[in-house]
Amino acid sequence: MENILEQIGIDNYIYLSTLLFCVGAFGVLYRRNAIVMFMSIEIMLNAVNLLLVAFSTYHQDAAGQVFVFFSMAVAAAEVAVGLAILVAVYRNIKNIDIDNLKKLKG
Amino acid sequence: MNTLIAIAGLGIICLIAEIFNLRKVIVPITIIGLLAVLGLHYTDYSVLGLETTAEQTKGLYNSMMVNNGYSKAFTSLFILLTIFLIALTPHFQREHKSKLSDFVAIKLFLLTGAIAMVSFGNLAMFFLGIEVLSIALYVLAASNPKDTNSNEAGMKYFLMGAFASGILLFGITLVYGATGSFNCDAIYTAVRGGEVPSWFFIGIVMLSIGLLFKIAAAPFHFWAPDVYQGSPALSTATMSTLAKVAAMAAFFKLMHDLNYKVPGTYTTIIMTAAILSMTIGNIMALKQDSVKRMLAFSGISHAGFMLMVFFNPPAMSGVLFYYAAAYALAGIAAFAVLLYVAEDKKGESIYNFNGLGKTNPMMAAILTCALLSMAGIPIFSGFFAKFFLFTEVLKTGQVAIVIVAVINSIISVGYYFKLILAMYNKEATTETSKVPAMYSIVAIIAILLNIAMGLYPDFVLGLLK
Repeated sequence: MENILEQIGIDNYIYLSTLLFCVGAFGVLYRRNAIVMFMSIEIMLNAVNLLLVAFSTYHQDAAGQVFVFFSMAVAAAEVAVGLAILVAVYRNIKNIDIDNLKKLKG
Repeated sequence: MNTLIAIAGLGIICLIAEIFNLRKVIVPITIIGLLAVLGLHYTDYSVLGLETTAEQTKGLYNSMMVNNGYSKAFTSLFILLTIFLIALTPHFQREHKSKLSDFVAIKLFLLTGAIAMVSFGNLAMFFLGIEVLSIALYVLAASNPKDTNSNEAGMKYFLMGAFASGILLFGITLVYGATGSFNCDAIYTAVRGGEVPSWFFIGIVMLSIGLLFKIAAAPFHFWAPDVYQGSPALSTATMSTLAKVAAMAAFFKLMHDLNYKVPGTYTTIIMTAAILSMTIGNIMALKQDSVKRMLAFSGISHAGFMLMVFFNPPAMSGVLFYYAAAYALAGIAAFAVLLYVAEDKKGESIYNFNGLGKTNPMMAAILTCALLSMAGIPIFSGFFAKFFLFTEVLKTGQVAIVIVAVINSIISVGYYFKLILAMYNKEATTETSKVPAMYSIVAIIAILLNIAMGLYPDFVLGLLK
């Protein structure tokens, strides 16, 4: 079997990952529901994971795939903390709309 | 490396001590433990000798960690700052005694992240370090769950931080894609060796954006004032001293390790960020009422000053260390006084400091010294930090940015003196209570260290040479 990466080309993987990354970034910027924002951040991180795996195959080097595990573990820890903060917010203002959080300014 | 393992172990011991009902001894044991680790670290350093050779700086654990003068000096500074921050914890959390072990343990884990950030030899370790530091800080920022301000600060910090981490990770991936390795030495060789794809530079720029977020430099500073204001005061102290210095040190080490020969356009990016940070930070600080918010903007402007080290990385590591130590020690002293005033007067606006010079001359004097050090007035180390920094930058021929920096130092005197004048020229409105012993001890030691650094700058600069 021929290497599928050579047929598709590394450039297309980069474009796909960048596109997914941008979808995630715009999600964070435009959506106002905290849960959807968390999901968008996950899309950003998973876009990076996809790119890491593609580069790992491209270089024939396992380090990239190992890094994906690190990044997945970190993303899980991060979201756990984020959801805990969200629960605290919900208990206080009974809402998870980010626009309600604008008391601090100056 | 022993340092890192010992500190992580100390954090776990704290959590176990809570189970065995040893709450009273947690803080003394942690502080003694950290002092022991500092001693261990220092003996390692002396055995190796101040001049580290290539063999001695070789990487540990398949060059995941690299120990050199830079990482050792910054590690000592971080341990020292953590001792101060942990010493302030028991009184600050006296109404939540059951949470004490959590707070101490989180600060210790934060310290492990900070140490990993300055002694990485591999981008994986760098990423893990920065995430351990950030996640601990999200928890600290939101650590007062009943208070909506703390909620808001935690949520904002989390969203901004996670977003920045995503950008940072994308940068790491592109660098990996361009060079085929996460190892800093291998990347450096690959970049030196020949052509790298254009993604490499995109990756470096994305890494820089992620790190500029973490050090709160303009134009990525918008989260900082809100988060600093909303978080509990001790968390703000942690963010503005330990976390900022750690992120700056990691940024410098990364750029230093990956590419000495940055293309000329990169200098323009850094120069823009530095000038914007200094100017925006100082001008916005002038009109703040909340002292925490003012110190946040002051922190942004200091990040701008510290960014100037990128003009000639090989010669600047000592200067960066000196600047970071001077800024962090002054910050600790200022926050120890701020914690006292905020508890005593139930608020941290400038008018809460009115008359502090008469009601509590010692704390007022310490805060004055800390602010004068940040402003850069002689005999305090802040002056020498700026002096060395400007001298080194002038040697590279960047006169314009030094002029901007000097003008900004003058502007900064404006808002620091606003607070000093409030303390000495206005009358106190309410009665004051006694200063908690730990706050005054920490404040005095921090400010004395700051002054000592100003008197003997050669010792500190020599740590890295």
